[in-house]
Amino acid sequence: MKPELLLEVKNLQTRFHIAEGTVHAVNGISFSLKFGETIAVVGESGCGKSVTMMSVLRLIPIPPGEIAAGQAFYLGRDLLQASEAEMEHIRGKEIAMVFQDPMTSLNPVLTIGRQLSETLQVHLGMDKQQAHQRAIELLDMVGIPDAARQLKDYPHQFSGGMRQRVMIAMALACEPSLLIADEPTTALDVTIQAQIIELVQHLREKLNMTVIWITHDLGVVAEIAERVIVMYAGFIVEEALVDDLYEEPRHPYTEALLAALPRIERRRDQRLRSIPGAPPNLLVAPKGCPFVPRCEYVIDRCLVEMPPLVQVGRDHRSACWVDLTTGKPR
Amino acid sequence: MESSTTQPASLPPKAFQLIPDDLETPPLTLGQLAWRRFRRHRMAIFGAILMILIVLYTFGGMLIFSEADANFVETGVRLQPPSLEHPFGTDTIGRDILVRTIYGGQISILIGLTAMVVELFIGVTIGALTGYFGGKLDSILMRLTEAVLVIPQIFLLLVMAKYFSQSIPNIQLLGRTFSGSVLVIIVVIGVTTWPYLARIVRAQFLSVKENDFILAARATGTSTYEIIFRHILPNSIAPIIVSATLSVAAAITLEAYISFLGLGVRPPTATWGNMLEGAYNYVESAWWLWFFPGMLIALTVLGINFLGDGLRDALDPHSRTT
Amino acid sequence: MDDAHPTPLDTPEPLVQVLDLKKYFPVRQGLIFEREVGSVKAVDGISFDIQPGETLGLVGESGCGKTTAGRTILGLYPLTSGSVMISGIQIDKAKKAEMQILRRKAQMIFQDPYASLNPRWTVSAIIGEPLRVHKLLPDVAARMEMVRELMFKVGLSPRLINRFPHEFSGGQRQRIGVARALASNPAFIVCDEPISALDVSIQAQVVNLLEDLQDQLGLTYLFIAHDLSMVRHICDRVAVMYLGVIVEIAERNELYENPLHPYTVALLSAVPIPDPKKNRSRRRIILTGDVPSPINPPPGCRFHPRCPVAQERKGALARCSQVVPEWRELAAGHWVACHEV
Repeated sequence: MKPELLLEVKNLQTRFHIAEGTVHAVNGISFSLKFGETIAVVGESGCGKSVTMMSVLRLIPIPPGEIAAGQAFYLGRDLLQASEAEMEHIRGKEIAMVFQDPMTSLNPVLTIGRQLSETLQVHLGMDKQQAHQRAIELLDMVGIPDAARQLKDYPHQFSGGMRQRVMIAMALACEPSLLIADEPTTALDVTIQAQIIELVQHLREKLNMTVIWITHDLGVVAEIAERVIVMYAGFIVEEALVDDLYEEPRHPYTEALLAALPRIERRRDQRLRSIPGAPPNLLVAPKGCPFVPRCEYVIDRCLVEMPPLVQVGRDHRSACWVDLTTGKPR
Repeated sequence: MESSTTQPASLPPKAFQLIPDDLETPPLTLGQLAWRRFRRHRMAIFGAILMILIVLYTFGGMLIFSEADANFVETGVRLQPPSLEHPFGTDTIGRDILVRTIYGGQISILIGLTAMVVELFIGVTIGALTGYFGGKLDSILMRLTEAVLVIPQIFLLLVMAKYFSQSIPNIQLLGRTFSGSVLVIIVVIGVTTWPYLARIVRAQFLSVKENDFILAARATGTSTYEIIFRHILPNSIAPIIVSATLSVAAAITLEAYISFLGLGVRPPTATWGNMLEGAYNYVESAWWLWFFPGMLIALTVLGINFLGDGLRDALDPHSRTT
Repeated sequence: MDDAHPTPLDTPEPLVQVLDLKKYFPVRQGLIFEREVGSVKAVDGISFDIQPGETLGLVGESGCGKTTAGRTILGLYPLTSGSVMISGIQIDKAKKAEMQILRRKAQMIFQDPYASLNPRWTVSAIIGEPLRVHKLLPDVAARMEMVRELMFKVGLSPRLINRFPHEFSGGQRQRIGVARALASNPAFIVCDEPISALDVSIQAQVVNLLEDLQDQLGLTYLFIAHDLSMVRHICDRVAVMYLGVIVEIAERNELYENPLHPYTVALLSAVPIPDPKKNRSRRRIILTGDVPSPINPPPGCRFHPRCPVAQERKGALARCSQVVPEWRELAAGHWVACHEV
């Protein structure tokens, strides 16, 4: 594994076995993450973006889930082969995760101070005094006013935005190398979302963190990401630097998604280009490219063979049999 | 490398927008969904089979034995242990226990079902009214409900059974004679158990009422009557069915308890419960007196409970297909 | 056509007129008998008109009262004070018979595609309910025919008429909701966050459908949303709500290009643009603090505790924290309630 890579995922495949059949949630994806990078994983519901990260952290419930194949190298060690004890050591301490709904991630019967201190005591071996002090520092760092007093409050006493800040504080308590944020602002109002985004941008610079930001919002991606991974039906369909992705998308799905967005900064009233159809049923094993029923550029080959993710430009990969710049098959 | 055909014949031309959405899956009603879920629950299937067998035994047995057989006294064969002639033995005055369990079972189950109907009627009505209207009506009726809950049920049962069973005459129904005490038991059980159901129904109504589709019905101009009976009630059926099923078991157990104390259904009408009453003094010496009716009660209650569990899982509104 | 669809040329009168509408929810406490100890002032005096054929957007963040406003306007919640007129019917004074007429002429589309359809009813029952309740067609067969037509209009195969909601996807359910809203041939539809719960690729489908229907049928919309990009796309005029009051209202492009109220400015600058270069070159105004509670709104201008102008401009705070700002027309059709503009 190259020395500047913090995380390298190879051919990850995750499935869920439920009564109705097998859900093919993640179908062989590979990507890597450099130190200090911020990448966004973007896709709609069911595309597998959350399941991917949960698989890497081994947080998938094993029945009904199954990590059918793949490797996830973190600093040289394959997390998918590590023992549960080793994973417990990594989670929270080296790789931290922030979720969409802070209300269910925080224990409602414990004060914030207690939850923060516990993390610090368990993972960093601090004693009560030290942990308390550090907890105050952390709350200050995430912009919670009057931190010392707020430590005694319970989660339900905080607003949504404040709770999310507390979650971030808890995630950063042990100074992890990697922060994974799974739709952290989706449930928040837009002005609060702006606050949280600004906070994370500020913290990643200050702490030199590597961040994976999972979202469905292409606006948020444009704000925060340096590199973007686009997922559809359990596959990575495009990967590019953020400017390149928006200026010159090279996969029909990305192109269609961008065309379907209403543009707040544009005056002219154009009809939105909707994508016909709906995301595919993951119970059916993928054959050929999953985007076929909704794609404008379909050729014969798309029906039978899933295109591999190939280089189409500098730091730009796309999984499509057709070259979007020319409209002809690759 | 590959052919450069652009549009294969198998796909329709780029006119997706003109073709309205269709579904690829076959139709799937809610009943079918529930049945599928029920089928997966092994204990529920076991309970269902058990109940079918018991019902066949008690009601099917009518075809083989008559009621006269159940009450046929043959003092010469008193307290006989199980034998070929009397597979369940005979009781203290020489009646065949097998036949008595058949006819006794009919009464016990009948009491269970009828009491459940009474409870259903009162409980659903009050639960629906309080759940939908709220306000003062809710306050008053809920206080009433709580008052009824406070009354010790056994005590009420005993008192009413003692005072009324004598005065109500025997009932002639379908060519058979039932002691009037059967009616008393049914009414008393129904009248003291409805609060549990009312609470469940009220909770369900309160919760279903908050759904947007109810607001949509109001926005459509649908009448209150229709909203309660066509919108909310069908969505509240699941806990009602489960509760009603389980209350049959509860009623059967209750009747057994009362009759065992000698204050329930009066002879000669047999029930599983009053068969136990007679067995009290013979616990060790004539085990067959209490064993068979007791077993049947236990199996029935068990079967109903498994069935109820399965129904609860099958009808659970929180499960959704993907 | 009929009186449900007045064309703009025939009637210069607004189709919908809301005047100083207030909706308070009492807060009750008490063990045995509850007392009213305060009230949630969800909507605290809003006024606007909607012309026939127009789409008015009502935007704001959570707790601003926009959903409550939409429901109160349709008479689904009894209003606390003020007046609402829809298509000639005064909601605050209407009798039962008049309200039934209103239910035909004014409809609603809901946010949650899963909770807004009765899970135990078939599609035909759901869409046909308005037809049945208002006895708009002579018999069941005619009704079924109309339901099929409506399904086709919203892009669903009429063969699916006897299916149940759980068999459909979110976007398809939302379209069933649209068909239901259209069944009684209304003039006015309140769209309460109709696309918020849908995936991005499906949102465009539903919005295009709503726009097409508006063109075909001459509908008037009140479009309640928090997605400012979509609001710019679909609405003709936009009203911005904060904590129960409207702080600014203007024609669409005017609002987005020339926002005057500090809250509108902050709101617009907070919206992430799907264009990394533009994002980088923007100046963002980040508000501090959270939205205060509608039980005890701040005195004077409700926005003053978070308002960058009130807090930073010399001498502004005194007036902003004590005096409720006047509602003034500062440009043609552009109204604002702010002292410092």
